[in-house]
Amino acid sequence: MSIKREIKRIQTVSDLENLRSRIIAGKSSAIPSISLCAGTGCRAAGSDEVTDAFKGEIERRELQINVQLKETGCHGFCERGPIVVIGPKKIFYQGVRPDDIPEIISETVLKGNILERLLYVDPLTDEKIIYEPDVPFYKKQTRIILGANGGIDPSEIEDYIAIEGYSALSKVLLQVSPDKVIDEVKKSGLRGRGGAGFSTGGKWELCRKAKGDVKYVICNADEGDPGAYMNRSLLEGNPHSVIEGMIIGGYAMGAGEGIIYVRDEYPLAVRHCKLAIEKAREHGLLGDNILSSGFSFNITISMGAGAFVCGEETALIASIEGRRGTPRQRPPFPAQRGLWNKPTNINNVETWANIPLIMKNGASWYSLIGTEKSKGTKIFHWWER
Amino acid sequence: MDSSGKENNRNLLSILQDIQKEYGYLPEGKLREIAVMLGISLIDVYGVATFYKSFSLTPRGRHHIKVCLGTACHVRGSNRILKETERKLGIEPGETGENGEYSLETVMCLGCCAIGPVMVADNKYYGQMSPTKIESVLKTLCEKQCLSKEK
Repeated sequence: MSIKREIKRIQTVSDLENLRSRIIAGKSSAIPSISLCAGTGCRAAGSDEVTDAFKGEIERRELQINVQLKETGCHGFCERGPIVVIGPKKIFYQGVRPDDIPEIISETVLKGNILERLLYVDPLTDEKIIYEPDVPFYKKQTRIILGANGGIDPSEIEDYIAIEGYSALSKVLLQVSPDKVIDEVKKSGLRGRGGAGFSTGGKWELCRKAKGDVKYVICNADEGDPGAYMNRSLLEGNPHSVIEGMIIGGYAMGAGEGIIYVRDEYPLAVRHCKLAIEKAREHGLLGDNILSSGFSFNITISMGAGAFVCGEETALIASIEGRRGTPRQRPPFPAQRGLWNKPTNINNVETWANIPLIMKNGASWYSLIGTEKSKGTKIFHWWER
Repeated sequence: MDSSGKENNRNLLSILQDIQKEYGYLPEGKLREIAVMLGISLIDVYGVATFYKSFSLTPRGRHHIKVCLGTACHVRGSNRILKETERKLGIEPGETGENGEYSLETVMCLGCCAIGPVMVADNKYYGQMSPTKIESVLKTLCEKQCLSKEK
């Protein structure tokens, strides 16, 4: 708690690293943790009541300092919600009800005993699965983007900083030139995750080269395709990764302002995004002269109003400008004439979230994952019944 | 022609969203005020207000119900959920009941397809809906507020 109280503007890279060490030192991995999925899917399945029951039980037993309770974003397995994962062993409980909580605390959290009735049963083998990584749904996944969701509370910037959050930003702002950033993104082989699969680095280069003092970057979070909710999961569960990506993009392309266009059907994503922007600003990671680099960048949120077509980039721009979301002919492309007729770069939520990882670990690391012509991972989902 | 230069529109959407949230719909008088305030024509304001599905020009009920008809919910039978809700409330999507208690709207995808069919009542999500569950959802809303009023 003491760390949270003293919000100090982070002014230099060493400020950031000091804060990071203090946060990590303050987190004791020895105490059991309860990771509660509180994404939209689990909330609909009743996770709010489960959260209240956990809080009540922890208070009743005066376990506040012995147990760490974390409300996280989407874990991905919405169909089996509400989902609870007990650390450090990652015992995986599904379909948890408020009545189960006293026993989860007394048996699993405190004694390490497994409650069989809450385990996931593999429908193919009838085998009961105890640990999260062994659940077939998670087993074959390489979760470089969504993997952090289960371990961080999206409303706490400290949780993101603890997992090396904003270290890519500090590296980029102080050590890498904008052109080099674009080179690195190009080399990584990252292609736009919004669907068209255009080279992200190539798109950035077009915007960087476009003439104009004022440029914009936009995060397209108007996800609305049937069955698609990877953007929602990301914005709800790890909004800082998207924000960090956008700041890096703004620096590379010479833009001072970013806009997250998010649909209003995603109230939780909107709430977490707003909160994350506020926290980043309070900490000096957004705003003027970020980390004393001389680079200034701001992000605002623009909310959609229930128009599917606004996911198309020219319609999206029209909507941010307060007009009917009708697409227009291209060219000119947004990189030449976008928002308010200024050069604009639009990337999907997932594309932005890839950027910090590429800049932190390098293009060659990133390009080891994926196929020959499309690098990195791709989030997708299916549902069955 | 090229209206994107009109920066006056800039805050139009968020103003309309605020009014929609405050009043539950967009009253005509407010639309006229906005047009004057932003220095744009009423038809432009009306055009935007009618383009986006989140806005309503008629008052919504005290309880607002959304039924998801997105593809994932559709294949899981959301049409039956909608029909049953219509029958129970005696209204169709876009309408508000005569007593002002309920209004009904259909939406396309709420992003929680794994638990479809989904319905949202007063901003609370209800997953894996079935026609028989509708009664209990409506009851919960009723118990919260209007039980004494109804009879």
